[in-house]
Amino acid sequence: MFRNLPLAPALALALSVTGAVMTALPALAQDGPLRIEITDGVTEPVAVAIPEFHGDAEAASKIRQVVADDLTGTGLFREIPAEAHLASRDSFTDAVAYEEWRAINAQALVTAEVSGSGEEISVKFRLFDIFAGQPLGDGMQFVARASDWRRAAHKIADQIYSRLTGESAYFDSRVAFVQETGPKDARIKRIGVMDYDGANILWMTDSSSLVLAPQFSPDGKKILYTSFDSGFPQIQSLDVATVSSQPVTQAGDSMAFSPRYSPDGRWIVYSLEKGGNTDIWLMDAATGAQRPLTDSPSIETSPSFSPDGKQIVFESDRSGTPQLYVMGLEGGEPTRISFGEGRYGDPAWSPKGGMIAFTRQLGERFHIGVMRKDGSEEKNLTDSFLDEGPTWAPNGRVIMFTRVTPGGNGEPRLHSVDITGRNMRPMELDFAASDPSWGPLLP
Amino acid sequence: MKHYLIPLTASLLGLAACTQPAPPPPVQDPYANMGSGALYQGDLAGGSLAGEATAQYFSDQVGDTVLFPANQTTLSAEARTTLARQAEWLNKHGNFSAVVQGHAEETGTREYNLALGARRASAVQEYLVAQGVSSDRVRTLSFGKERPVEVCSNESCYAQNRRAVTVVSDTGAGS
Repeated sequence: MFRNLPLAPALALALSVTGAVMTALPALAQDGPLRIEITDGVTEPVAVAIPEFHGDAEAASKIRQVVADDLTGTGLFREIPAEAHLASRDSFTDAVAYEEWRAINAQALVTAEVSGSGEEISVKFRLFDIFAGQPLGDGMQFVARASDWRRAAHKIADQIYSRLTGESAYFDSRVAFVQETGPKDARIKRIGVMDYDGANILWMTDSSSLVLAPQFSPDGKKILYTSFDSGFPQIQSLDVATVSSQPVTQAGDSMAFSPRYSPDGRWIVYSLEKGGNTDIWLMDAATGAQRPLTDSPSIETSPSFSPDGKQIVFESDRSGTPQLYVMGLEGGEPTRISFGEGRYGDPAWSPKGGMIAFTRQLGERFHIGVMRKDGSEEKNLTDSFLDEGPTWAPNGRVIMFTRVTPGGNGEPRLHSVDITGRNMRPMELDFAASDPSWGPLLP
Repeated sequence: MKHYLIPLTASLLGLAACTQPAPPPPVQDPYANMGSGALYQGDLAGGSLAGEATAQYFSDQVGDTVLFPANQTTLSAEARTTLARQAEWLNKHGNFSAVVQGHAEETGTREYNLALGARRASAVQEYLVAQGVSSDRVRTLSFGKERPVEVCSNESCYAQNRRAVTVVSDTGAGS
């Protein structure tokens, strides 16, 4: 087994209010504090000025860049280039020259200072609402191991995102995925974990057996996945900290795959195949006790829990083609929720916001789409030769998925799209990858 | 001497016996007085050549692959012909067991395709068992869309990838 050093312990987080003075200036060009409504038809990104951070020049520069990349990557913010700045700041404690920032139409200002003592860095930051002419929330200070400098940057960006959108954030989070190498007819796959932006890749399995579809546990400490290690597909559980796997299922003559945790981590819902027929089963993660949730001659797979843990959405071809169904954990007839043309699969229930993401095959094209649990408000977000496997950011605002290019040299790449469908972008990875699973926002 | 060329005669007799109540008279050997001739000393064990008892022969000559239409798991007439040959071979070579690998084309989601491949493998398994192959000699496995045999992204390749492949191996068990 390929091994990595254990992951760093949770970021030491010091939230110290650094004496923000809430000056009660009247709002100027806006009604109330600066606030972006993501679901509205935002066409003009909020202009943010992020002048060079103070303190150690090298550390300050790279942390500032990650904060800026996090914010602009959402499509909700644009950065005002440093060349356009009129105000020059000598220290973190300088007063804010609101008029000079207004003059270049900055709506928000981020200031920060990085200090370090060898193994540890400390980052203070403040956010200002330029048109209101006042700080937006208190200043904060984060302390992290020097090697965790990216996490400190993500924490700052998360704060800025939350304060400006009123929603929880997602930058300090990780994504599990499958790296794919080798020719299309003999793919080699291994599971990796990376920061949400593709940095800090850690390999979790070696390449000795075929592995598919990793799924983070709600606390981000474990990953369920399907492995052909025994020669036959079975579910394994991977401990992220120790990079060690152990079997979850080992059925003799049946196949187990498609596992997902319940939001409280107590249950594992998955697909079990017996005699060619695949149904959905529920397992107690602690005891291994299991029972079937469906009992049908059709294929039932890709289950996903609702955020309250009381229902699942899954894919079934009981109607003749694969469609999406919702059912309660206590049994009862599943309710079909997809009624459009084509084939639906891979449902993923958003952790927030009540939407279900899915893969839809329509003719020879594939789409990632979203709908409510009653099937209403269906919308396609993407369109390509082959898109599949949506996974939600912890705040339910962004979906990551696999896009496969056609042909003998075709390969999968990870992409993300926000739920408005406007901000589509490829992940910047220098290798082919598939099956992303977005983990929780880290504490 | 008196058994000269009997096997052919006997089998003809056997066939004839089904339809004609009166068997023809035995053939008189015209060379009976000219030497010892060739003596029949029994059938060869197993009725097959040693070279047939190999996984290679199975895949090349018997045919290890059956194909399926898009999204289908039912066996075509052509598939059943191939599977009848597979069953005959497996029944003849009891020391071999089989793993039927089900596959799907690349369109379709990963997990659904795993289930679809399992259904295809199972359809093959059921057919082989119905043809007399013991069920404990045939396992199934699905690779979903993970192991295409052709890599292009159009129907000519998809048709080859929607398949079930019977892989035999000598387990030493059986006769």
